[in-house]
Amino acid sequence: MGAEGSNLRVQGIHYHTSLKGRSMNSPILNLVAERIIVAVVTLLFVAFTIFFATEMLPGDVAEILLGQAATPEAVAGLRTAMNLDEPAVLRFMYWIGNLFTGDLGVSYVNKMPISDLIGGRLVNSLKLAGVTAAISVPIALTLGITAAILRGTIYDRIVSIITIAVISVPEFMVATLAVIVFAVYLGWLPALSMAHEVTSMGGLLKVFAMPVITLSFVISAQMIRMTRAAVLETLNTAYVEMALLKGASRRRMVLHHALPNALGPIVNAVALSLSYLLGGVIIVETIFNYPGIAKLMLDAVSTRDLPLIQSCAMIFCLGYLILITIADLVAIVSNPRLQ
Amino acid sequence: MTMFLSLSNTQKARPRRFGYRISVVGAVSFLIIAAWTLVAIFAPYIAPHPVGDIVDFDFFGPVSAQFPLGTDYLGRDMLSRILLGARYTVGISLAAVCVACFCGVTLGMTAAVIGGWFDRGLSRMLDALTSIPSKILALVIVAAVGTSIPILIVTLAIIYTPGCYRFARALAVNINTMDYVTVARARGEGIGYLIRSEILPGIIGPVLADFGLRFVFIVLLLSSMSFLGLGVQPPFADWGALVKENIGGLSFAAPAVIFPSIAIATLTISVNLLIDNLPQKIRDRSEQ
Amino acid sequence: MSNLVEVRNLRVDAKTDSGRTVEIIRDVSFDIAEGEIVALIGESGSGKTTIALTLMGYTRPGCRIAGGKVTLSGREISNLPEHKRARRRGTEVSYVPQSAAASFNPAHKIMDQVVEVTKIHRLMPIDEARRKAVELFKALALPEPDTIGDRYPHQVSGGQLQRLSAAMALIGDPKLVIFDEPTTALDVTTQIEVLRAFKSVMKKGAIAGVYVSHDLAVVAQIADRIIVLKNGEIQEVGRTQDILHRPQHPYTRELLEAFEPAPHGRVVDRPVEPEKPLLVVKDIVAGYGRVDETGNPSVKVINKVSFELHRGKNLGIIGESGCGKSTLARVIAGILPAAQGDVLLEGKPLDRDLRRRSRNELRDLQIVFQSADTALNPAKSIADILARPLAFYHGMSGQRRDARIDQLLDMVHLPRSLRHRRPTELSGGQKQRINLARALAADAKLILCDEITSALDTVVAAAILELLKELQREHSLSYLFISHDLSTVRAICDEVVVMYAGEKIEQLSPDIMGSEAGHPYSRLLFSSVPKLDTGWLDGLEQDPHVLQAYSRR
Repeated sequence: MGAEGSNLRVQGIHYHTSLKGRSMNSPILNLVAERIIVAVVTLLFVAFTIFFATEMLPGDVAEILLGQAATPEAVAGLRTAMNLDEPAVLRFMYWIGNLFTGDLGVSYVNKMPISDLIGGRLVNSLKLAGVTAAISVPIALTLGITAAILRGTIYDRIVSIITIAVISVPEFMVATLAVIVFAVYLGWLPALSMAHEVTSMGGLLKVFAMPVITLSFVISAQMIRMTRAAVLETLNTAYVEMALLKGASRRRMVLHHALPNALGPIVNAVALSLSYLLGGVIIVETIFNYPGIAKLMLDAVSTRDLPLIQSCAMIFCLGYLILITIADLVAIVSNPRLQ
Repeated sequence: MTMFLSLSNTQKARPRRFGYRISVVGAVSFLIIAAWTLVAIFAPYIAPHPVGDIVDFDFFGPVSAQFPLGTDYLGRDMLSRILLGARYTVGISLAAVCVACFCGVTLGMTAAVIGGWFDRGLSRMLDALTSIPSKILALVIVAAVGTSIPILIVTLAIIYTPGCYRFARALAVNINTMDYVTVARARGEGIGYLIRSEILPGIIGPVLADFGLRFVFIVLLLSSMSFLGLGVQPPFADWGALVKENIGGLSFAAPAVIFPSIAIATLTISVNLLIDNLPQKIRDRSEQ
Repeated sequence: MSNLVEVRNLRVDAKTDSGRTVEIIRDVSFDIAEGEIVALIGESGSGKTTIALTLMGYTRPGCRIAGGKVTLSGREISNLPEHKRARRRGTEVSYVPQSAAASFNPAHKIMDQVVEVTKIHRLMPIDEARRKAVELFKALALPEPDTIGDRYPHQVSGGQLQRLSAAMALIGDPKLVIFDEPTTALDVTTQIEVLRAFKSVMKKGAIAGVYVSHDLAVVAQIADRIIVLKNGEIQEVGRTQDILHRPQHPYTRELLEAFEPAPHGRVVDRPVEPEKPLLVVKDIVAGYGRVDETGNPSVKVINKVSFELHRGKNLGIIGESGCGKSTLARVIAGILPAAQGDVLLEGKPLDRDLRRRSRNELRDLQIVFQSADTALNPAKSIADILARPLAFYHGMSGQRRDARIDQLLDMVHLPRSLRHRRPTELSGGQKQRINLARALAADAKLILCDEITSALDTVVAAAILELLKELQREHSLSYLFISHDLSTVRAICDEVVVMYAGEKIEQLSPDIMGSEAGHPYSRLLFSSVPKLDTGWLDGLEQDPHVLQAYSRR
């Protein structure tokens, strides 16, 4: 006990002095600022990684773009135009600077400004993600929390088995299953969605239905598992046992005692699951031929349109970082120890 | 918690080394995994037809006595193609997960033992790498350097090393605070001994469980990449590529689309269930 | 109906990790009268907490009441459905936990948690409940009783939280309060105040209590009767005076004897040795964080501590949690390099960082830790654990090493057959012996013992102390003995250093550790150690100014 106690105390002192040392009076503001700085630094690192990963391309970009028949003069001209003769670090600087000013560059393939290519596609993808999140978050939280409350019951076991099955299979399998069930056997929905055919509310529903169902299944399964685990962990604490010994009902133990403390982990679970949408959309947009940004990126990969790939990858990473940072901030703000 | 500790003290029960309670689900899962491993090794000897041969005049043939899993979009035997696909799916994933776990666990333990700036720097860097969604990173790498089986293995390993690192480091940091590590350090032991002899034995159980889970992730990512046409390239085909090849049969639920999917599901679900039903003792450790 | 509580033939089963069912409470029967305080005394694993919890109709997960019955106010509680049991919890019987710090919900204010019982059971309007809580805070001698409830649990100290959890237990006017080791986690000086507060509110309200503890001296201050438990069975029941002075059962006697280990047989008249001291610690400053240019770390844990230790002698370092005594051991061992000061072994200065000490220097100075559970690698066999220092320091291998391992096991009085076992298969005392054997394997001259008996039950701890003395006689060892427990230090040390807040307060002989100690803090510390005497707490007088000055509550 002695050693343990002294360690704890030492950490306590350390913590407080380190906060004082930064001359900010609110620990919350401090942590929030720290999280945001970390996010920005991470984004820069990610940009660096993406840029140099794509620069590893064997062979000369200019030659590839112009094809085998190009004259050396033409290649040299293009090289200068693309700053290819300058060192990679410098080109990275140009690129980052342009990104900040909103200039995403020009597609190698069809010479269109990338922002024009991405614009509409991004909106389409955000629509898909928004609808999926709106449907799956409430359902998943309800299922996850109730499964934790009813731990060990048939209900809990069924939920657990279904979620483990869903997270164990690739998204394309969930999608193909959805097609086979809803389109082939039941015939309720078309197997493919074509956004440009949308003319009515019903049409819109049909376009969205299959991708949304697929994505919801995939991310809900993740969210349910993580939420259930977070609530169960707080249910195993001494203060929840204390509530039981005060005569509290199971309901009160979960809702009043466990949930407020599980909030941080649950928000984290939601954010992580939603970030999974970023990967999930690639498959879903491909299968259902949905005109979103993931499909655009995939096409760019097949044509090796590097600027387009870089921009799309940055958008995905930015989305991920925003989600994770929000989750961290919620966890910080909801922690009573920091008030 | 204290209850159980004090229990084992009063009882002085020796853990029965062969007294693990192995559940039926765990045993069945293990058998399925073992079966797929054997298939991956002996595929050419048990496949009824050569993989590349068109053996049926009909394409997307139904399940029949001659073609137990139907035929594909060219009229090739699906059973043979799935048996050989196991080679790619299991082989590539296994190689990638081994590389990822070896690198991740070694780096994680080293970071935990050395601590300080080495630990902080490495952790921040690998954390940043995880903020690139795995499929996006895969797309970027494939777009840049193309795709071949060695590149696939390296790509998958790069994507899953940070996760391994994080997991192993968290465990190793816990072990590192244990007094027995301090005792070894006070004895004058070097980093190599600390990692190999004091830390590794304490984390090996959970790390093996994590190895299994990560294997599943890699199988899923590999299948997805092949499905997108960026993974294993024709004429070879893993299970994901088999689904892609035959996706045309989806609208009439052809067996050629369904069976490769089922193959993936049996493998991944079995690994997950096996880990969930691991013999009690190992899992207890992984929950700590 | 004469008795508030009647327990008849209680049996509790538990499921072990490997899925077996074992009986942890065997056929226990006892009564508690109205207003009576009964203590459940026993070592870890004796089932005392399990029994206490059954009085609330509760067993921890994995356990279940397998037989017998528990009657509270004439109505059985053990056979009720869960929601009916819940109705009686907090109103008829309530609970004060061992760790109040863990038992308060970090997300809610203290007041809301204290009055929660009245809310759950709809006992009174919320304003009335708050007023009542403030009354209880006053009765429990809590500072700022009117506003302390507005804080969050992490904003008050451990001693205060413990009293606040008593207020939480008393708010529903229960007939019975269960105290589950409520002062075990506290320092001795804090413990006194908490005990006093508990005693006075219980007396005033004539409330019956069950006091679960392993500490006979603490129990002697508060309990009317004592029930002695071992392995889930009652050994002896009796009035407190009778148990303390006329124990019947051999186990009770063993407990009493272990409480006050025989003092160290000091060889007073050994000729004054002119030789150099074995260990010299000079002006050590140590802590955490960055060390500034004046040589001070940003968080200073040890400030200018010096002492000497002569060959064949033992030095005790004593102090409350957070005083820096364990850190000092780590600094001497070089695990935490000092910021200033020197450590000399046999006159030779040791590098502050152990990584730059030679192998021989490392060998001469061995450290043994408090918790044998974490000090032995669970993945290795006992033979492997002992073999490593033999190979590392002495280059031994093969048969010679095996023979030496057997010798070491003999030295710590363990059967040789243990060598193939793993640490988890040993008892706490056996593990601590292996821990010592590992230090002996190095052939050390000085062993730093960091709270090595604190985690052990009293009887086992007493045996370890005996072993230490025996080893010292045979192997000319010296010990630096760090402990928070005075009687342990007294049992083994020639000299004692008292530490407070990182500084050495004074150094004195353990014989005069009573009232004659020079420094007021030492006097406060020594007088706060409970004695095996029912009137000790009531008769204890401490200078309130000193108490104030040295309490970081």
